[in-house]
Amino acid sequence: MKYRWLYLLISGTLIIAGVISIIKWGFNVGIEFTGGIVAEYKFPDETQKVFRYPPKSEEEIEKIRTDFKELGATEVSFESVGPTIGPELVKKTIYAIAISAGLILLWIAYQFKSFKFGISAIIATIHDGLILLGAFSLLGHFFGAEIDFLFVTAILTIISFSVHDTIVVFDRIRERKKKFAVGGDFETLANESISETMVRSLNNSFTIIFMLIALILLGGESIKWFSVALLVGTVSGTYSSPFVAIPILVTWDELQKKLKK
Amino acid sequence: MKKIWLISFIFVVTLAATLIALPYGIKFKIGNFSIDKKFDLKLGLDLAGGSQLTFEADLSNIPEEKRKTAVEGVRNVIEKRVNLFGVSEPTVQTSRFEGKERIIVELPGITDTQTAITLIGKTAQLQFFEIQDIPATQTASASSQLVATNLTGADLKSASVVFDSQTGKPAISIEFTDEGGKKFEEITGRNVGKTLPIILDDAIVSAPVVQERISGTSAQISGTFTIDEAKQLAIQLNAGALPVPVNLVKEKTIGPTLGEMSVKQSILAGIVGISMVLLFMILSYGKLGIIAGAGLLIFAVITLALYKLIPVTLTLPGIAGFMLSVGMAVDSNILIFERFKEEKGKRALADALEVSFGRAWDSIRDANIATIVTAFILANPLEWNFLHISGPVRGFAFTLMLGIFISLFTGIVVSRNLIRLLIRERREK
Repeated sequence: MKYRWLYLLISGTLIIAGVISIIKWGFNVGIEFTGGIVAEYKFPDETQKVFRYPPKSEEEIEKIRTDFKELGATEVSFESVGPTIGPELVKKTIYAIAISAGLILLWIAYQFKSFKFGISAIIATIHDGLILLGAFSLLGHFFGAEIDFLFVTAILTIISFSVHDTIVVFDRIRERKKKFAVGGDFETLANESISETMVRSLNNSFTIIFMLIALILLGGESIKWFSVALLVGTVSGTYSSPFVAIPILVTWDELQKKLKK
Repeated sequence: MKKIWLISFIFVVTLAATLIALPYGIKFKIGNFSIDKKFDLKLGLDLAGGSQLTFEADLSNIPEEKRKTAVEGVRNVIEKRVNLFGVSEPTVQTSRFEGKERIIVELPGITDTQTAITLIGKTAQLQFFEIQDIPATQTASASSQLVATNLTGADLKSASVVFDSQTGKPAISIEFTDEGGKKFEEITGRNVGKTLPIILDDAIVSAPVVQERISGTSAQISGTFTIDEAKQLAIQLNAGALPVPVNLVKEKTIGPTLGEMSVKQSILAGIVGISMVLLFMILSYGKLGIIAGAGLLIFAVITLALYKLIPVTLTLPGIAGFMLSVGMAVDSNILIFERFKEEKGKRALADALEVSFGRAWDSIRDANIATIVTAFILANPLEWNFLHISGPVRGFAFTLMLGIFISLFTGIVVSRNLIRLLIRERREK
């Protein structure tokens, strides 16, 4: 925990970079949120092209379809979203995130008999969410990565992964606390728990990263950015358990002790 | 003894799962008892190709208390239409969010979306009209006006496509209910020599001239239909009219070639990914890694078998959920093995193993419950309307949740007993 400020600096820089990118460039938001049409057609000369349109009425959509048919093109995929769907998706997603975060917080607080565990874990998770959002703002600006429905799934998965990873470290702290009953500096305790779980945490992340790299390289276009989002989240989630959640927990514990005195 | 039972149980489960997971199906016979069943993986729209249509019900003219029944009615009519259209395994769901009532229709294998949209989205309100003469008054000359009769599409028993005996063109033959027949007789009786317009959703489809009073329950509508239009109309009349109009707010069509490509790519990615994980485990943990690998393969086989048995509709995000759960399944093993490395120095091998399993269990349980909570909210099995009710998020959450449960079995029960076997053999030597 010596380098607490360094960790804070690293996380802070990354998050601020992300936030700047979000403010400056925003997101490359998919039609699921904005409404509109994305159609992919294959032409008789075997070329395949993607076409995008703003939201249109049923008659206009029918016209687009017949026009392409007259050109002899076959429909590879066709997606049209009305303008009213987007806000609903965003709201439902926020509800889903809030409910699962709330339940996880309660579960951890119950298991570890203290809210400070739950809250540190949730802050680490929010950290990962921010990193992921920032990364996708940048990826969207430079590589055209889109925020779509799958991205929402990715965020939710990363929440659970990040918590999963943090709980393993917490669990070690709890076990050590029991073993050495009273006394023992909480900071040393946390440090030891981190180093003991580090190999496990890295190995586990490697296996997930292997799976994700396989998906990114071979899984095809439709889930490429989804896999990238999971990859960014996995790396951030692995980092945030020892270097965000635990420092917060330790700092909290110190403050609590100071206040008691 | 107990352990032998457990190992045989694992063996039997694995064998059964393998048989189900393999694409050949199960065929065997013991005496009179025989099984011949083939299990298929159910693929979602993004893998098999098909259309997903989301309609919004226009409830502006319906009073608050009648909205629920109206939406139920829309759903039932759409379901009937889709079934009459001949789609295999369609799903029709309703979703309500902040006063908006939506009907989500999934049609696997249907890529002619345009036909599906008109078939499902048309209100198909059929009504018979009569023409009333208005006598001349001082201000206006004699005229006539269209007046709705009490005979509507609701009085039909059935409708079917026929070919007109005179023109050879497609027409709709309709059969009235008994009451409808009486109404029809009455209407034709008072309109002999006049036209009787038949109106479908504000447009006249046919305006025959009544030659004589018609009794009986059948009649024919000859308009200017193409054969496809006639077929659609027959389906719509049979299923009934939509109680309220609906508007298409979202549609998604995946062509069959795109789906096929995605399946191939996912299988390849899955095989490569799992092989890399296996290699990594063996390189880092040696013999234990091989056992974890065996556990992982058993995990994959059981998962696949359950997908077929439940059945789980597999979508692209679902595959991603599966792959992520593979990662989490391996994690249980890694947790145990890392613990085992620590404990090995402190006590006898067999004890160290049991202790590691016991200690690691706390972490595994707490961590997995957190994941299950998230997966549960995403899968939304209680159909809460303020959360996502269909689509990719659900598919993902479902496979993730299933994966966690199976991984708890394979990661704890299976690998543990396999390792016990290994240690016992080593001792006997």
